[in-house]
Amino acid sequence: MSDDAPAIRCRNLVKVYPPAVRAVDGLDLEVERGGCFGLLGPNGAGKTTTLEILEGLLEPTSGEVEVLGRHWNRAGHELRARLGITLQQTHLDDRLTVREILALFRSFYRSGRGVDEVLEMTALQEKRDTWFERLSGGQKQRLAVGCALVGDPELLFLDEPTTGLDPQSRRQLWEVMTHLRERGRTVVVTTHYMDEAEKLCDRVAVVDRGRVLALGTPRELIAQHAGRDVVEFELSGTPPPDSELRGLPGVVQVREPAGGRELVTDRVHETVPALLALAVAAGRTLERLATRSATLEDVFVNLTGRHLRD
Amino acid sequence: MTDSSLAHLVLARLRLYWREPGTLFWGFGFPVLLSLALGVAFRNRPPDPVIAAVEAGPGAERVLAALSAGGEVRARETPSDEAQRALRSGRVALVVRPGDPALYLYDPTRPEGRLARRVVDDALQRASGRRDALAVSDVHVEEPGARYIDFLVPGLLGLNLMGAGLWGLGYAIVENRSRRLLKRLVATPMRRGEYLLSFMVTRLVFMAVEVPVLMGFARAAFGVTVRGSMPLFLGLCTLGATAFSGLGLLLGSRTRNTTTISGLINAVSMPMFVCSGVFFSIANFPEWLQPWLRLLPLTALNDALRAVMNEGAGLAAVAVPLVVLASVAALAFAAALKLFRWS
Repeated sequence: MSDDAPAIRCRNLVKVYPPAVRAVDGLDLEVERGGCFGLLGPNGAGKTTTLEILEGLLEPTSGEVEVLGRHWNRAGHELRARLGITLQQTHLDDRLTVREILALFRSFYRSGRGVDEVLEMTALQEKRDTWFERLSGGQKQRLAVGCALVGDPELLFLDEPTTGLDPQSRRQLWEVMTHLRERGRTVVVTTHYMDEAEKLCDRVAVVDRGRVLALGTPRELIAQHAGRDVVEFELSGTPPPDSELRGLPGVVQVREPAGGRELVTDRVHETVPALLALAVAAGRTLERLATRSATLEDVFVNLTGRHLRD
Repeated sequence: MTDSSLAHLVLARLRLYWREPGTLFWGFGFPVLLSLALGVAFRNRPPDPVIAAVEAGPGAERVLAALSAGGEVRARETPSDEAQRALRSGRVALVVRPGDPALYLYDPTRPEGRLARRVVDDALQRASGRRDALAVSDVHVEEPGARYIDFLVPGLLGLNLMGAGLWGLGYAIVENRSRRLLKRLVATPMRRGEYLLSFMVTRLVFMAVEVPVLMGFARAAFGVTVRGSMPLFLGLCTLGATAFSGLGLLLGSRTRNTTTISGLINAVSMPMFVCSGVFFSIANFPEWLQPWLRLLPLTALNDALRAVMNEGAGLAAVAVPLVVLASVAALAFAAALKLFRWS
């Protein structure tokens, strides 16, 4: 039953922290094997709680969870051997070296990768004999990922692996994830960086207030919920009424971020000339004009009316 | 190096211990320094002379002569009011007012007052012609086993086993919980029992070094030895270390932050520091309290260590403290494993 079961299946997952915080509020999710799956949402959306339930670290208040076709209460030990995880922040032992920590974690698994192979995957060879406390933030995070890799997991959970990291460390972690994806492993990653989710993830669930708001490939989500392009502009004088802007060709939505207007459009080549003509006819100057492709951030804004980083 | 995870866990703990100079000092340096300081401060000295004053006046000279003849009293002729001031402030233990009858002024609630009364009276009576009715002679005993340092070293050993067990397990485990390392570890297929066992094994490995270091020092510096059976002595140390490790584990079983665990450990260890006969005998406490104090694990450990080290006691003689320690160990481990929280 289990080997063609999806990597993750959960139904109506609820986690209540007494007295009344519903961190996860009826979450449904199905993640196929292979590829990289992203849980995208702002801080406090319930991503970490969901992940820790899937990792067997938290008991859900109610709902059903199956991981690799198994249940935590029946096959906990087996599942732990087949998963790798990183917590949002992992402090390992300050005065053990990178190599000692990896060897310690490796000893918990019956089979897995060699310490040297993991050092190479995480680009930590030069730091192999450095104490944990003397590593940079990015190196610590890579070591945390390394600890998740020593068991050669079928399913890898990474909780905000790149938060607070410098661009180079982020790129190195992206490479690790891409590498695993290419080898047919399943990676589940939480993030609030939309660019990360768009770049890395084959499929994304947008999560807010403990529920999945939308699910699909980044391209599908953007097409469904955000239109294809966004035109950002500012006009001198009082802004034209929204009804007028909504009437422009291609426009599907008008938004008012601070200090300007945004037109969401699926025909940018028709919207921009019409906008310019409107400005000329009204005798106004265009203070600013920019067009960009819609992103997952736009998806989130459209679904919730809020920004991811709020 | 083997590939067993228990071996890796123990090795990691030993390395962490070794790389933390602070813990090394508290484990090895501190007990040695404390025994050195206290051993020197309380080394055996010739008894202090009794300090007395003789009020100036007729007959004072004869009294002074009689007191100085014995050699046990240091006395001075002093004007009456000044002598009484000296008595009140404790600079002299007794004032003699010569006359017939001679008067002794002293505070009978102070031990040195009562002692001065006897010594001074004895010297004056002899000078006046009293003879002993019974022939006696003194034998002075000052052999190892009866000195303060012999009392102290087993107490320090017990204290050390307590501190190392409570802090070594309780604090270290809470620290790992508060940094979420426990949570990270239980997400691996690591056997949880092996993790806790690794702390026990590490504790016993360090005990096997701490005990010889302190005992070796006490022997070299003060000639303190173990008079009883060495296996029984080592067995006691192991049982003590185990009982206090169990208590440490219990205190750390649910605590989430290191400030709380420090407070808990101090709350448990300070009463025993004072009441378990580390620095002075529990015989100084009221009699009704003493049976209760003997139920404290550190009292049990100290009593048993002293009996084996100083009196050469055998297994039967330390059966009660052994039962106390074994019960504490069993109850603490059972409760700790039941309560233990991994996240």
